Amino acid sequence: MKSTGMTSMERVFTALSHKEPDRVPMFLLLTMHGAKELGLTIKEYFSKAEYVVEGQLRLRRKYNNDCLNPFFYAALETEAFGGEVIFREDGPPNSGLPCIADIEMIRYLDPPTVKESKMLHRVLKAIELLKEKSRDTVPIIGVVMSPFSLPVMQLGFDKYIEVMHFHPDLFNKLMQVNKTFCIEWANAQIKAGATAICYFDPVSSTTIIPPEWYHKTGYEIARQTLASIKGPTATHFASGFCLPIIDYVAKTGTAAIGISSMEDLSQLKHACKNRLTLLGNLNGIEMRRWSKDQAREKVISVIQAAAAGGGFILSDNHGEIPWQVSDETLHIISDTVMNHGVYPLKQS
Amino acid sequence: MINLIPKNKNAVGMADLEVFRSDLERALISLDRDMAQQIINKAASTGSPVEIAGELISRSLKSIGDKWEKGTLSLSQVYISGLICEQIIDTILPPSSPVRKNQPKMAIAVFEDYHLLGKRIIYSVLRASGFELIDLGGGQDVTSLCEIIEKKKIKILLLSVLMLPSALRIKKLKEKLAGSGIKIIVGGAPFRFDEELWKEVGADAYGKDSSEAIDLVTKLMAETL
Repeated sequence: MKSTGMTSMERVFTALSHKEPDRVPMFLLLTMHGAKELGLTIKEYFSKAEYVVEGQLRLRRKYNNDCLNPFFYAALETEAFGGEVIFREDGPPNSGLPCIADIEMIRYLDPPTVKESKMLHRVLKAIELLKEKSRDTVPIIGVVMSPFSLPVMQLGFDKYIEVMHFHPDLFNKLMQVNKTFCIEWANAQIKAGATAICYFDPVSSTTIIPPEWYHKTGYEIARQTLASIKGPTATHFASGFCLPIIDYVAKTGTAAIGISSMEDLSQLKHACKNRLTLLGNLNGIEMRRWSKDQAREKVISVIQAAAAGGGFILSDNHGEIPWQVSDETLHIISDTVMNHGVYPLKQS
Repeated sequence: MINLIPKNKNAVGMADLEVFRSDLERALISLDRDMAQQIINKAASTGSPVEIAGELISRSLKSIGDKWEKGTLSLSQVYISGLICEQIIDTILPPSSPVRKNQPKMAIAVFEDYHLLGKRIIYSVLRASGFELIDLGGGQDVTSLCEIIEKKKIKILLLSVLMLPSALRIKKLKEKLAGSGIKIIVGGAPFRFDEELWKEVGADAYGKDSSEAIDLVTKLMAETL
């Protein structure tokens, strides 16, 4: 591994300023792999903040990761709304049946408070401990589901699309409730020590809704929500497409975007130049069966397409690397970034 | 402007169908349920319900599915289009109608979670295209599916999955069902991001989108009957 002079924090913020740091920053967004490190089941691992802290610190050391990722699982937020979480041995905890069984319940829905939502306190504690141990040398990435995307778990995707189109009064009420919760939850994480917030908003992607709907809905909601979050934000489309809405995304106030492996990276880089940093876009699903050579080639290809000039953080396309991805593959990804991601980049 | 008057009112000719199809597609993409209903009603007065389901609705929905695959339409448009057509088709071709397509028993389920959208889209599109299938809902696992398949004598099973571990578990389901002759068609995000995955888990086919689902079901039906 080549020695570098910057801390992860300096490296990441230089890239976010659209300048070239010492090497390409790398966010391996590992959540469940911490359980493997500690020899725990996924359920045990997420039961204590201390486990997640230890897991994140070990993973950072192991792979030279440029961030700490105290994200537990998405269903935690619906749990705060009274939803059920289903754990499994080989994948992320998932939301159970929608917590809003009847759309009419939206009329009486109130946002949960962070104070009263004990399940969220574990995350805050993990962030506090990570902040204490990392001493501002590495960014700690907090995570929220966007108010516009959370209803997929609250209502179910099909019901949510119907609410969005056929029940504008219920849609507006739900957005108000979710915005209140999202802003409080994001700011609690910032207060606990998160450096930035990743705003997961897959429903805004053009894979899910047409660009003209985004202008009227997801865009406005993001703009209002992000303006109230007291820290920098990145927007993640969790494998959804965003090129057709990129100009609007840039106006939401977000600093970076998580992008799909299926979208053209060079085109995105060109469209985002000096406005948005790209985060991506290794295919996390395919990664499970990459050979050593494939892993190396994929990383080099992504670096060559998007890393010149800064404004790029290498990561996966979905915002969470599957449990099934081996340590060996993660090591190859990391080693390739260390060897081929040093600025100034060499031409292939 | 949408033209609702076919040239020949007595039969659904190719040219008329093309006009109906293009008008219906436009109405569906704009989520105009009333206009879609008017177009289908007009077409229904000139052809049999099965013709309307197969030649007009199914092909319009296939075209919409293709456009999603190409990135020019969104999933919500595909979903609402299917929903509108499903509601309309039930008025001209009720579920119990003897003229519905002769087919082996077919069912659809979400495997190991409750993210129902993909299943709902395929269910609507297939029903609107004149197929009948049992909706087994979400949260099904290997054990529950094996029981249902045996009890209901299912011959074609469509499985929608969202999570990679669920996709991988289909291999176990397939092993348990070995020798039963059932055909399994899979779809969902993990298969879209890894196009080798469906073969790895032993599925008989993989449908990228609603358009492919119609073709695959038609093909497997011919093999199964």
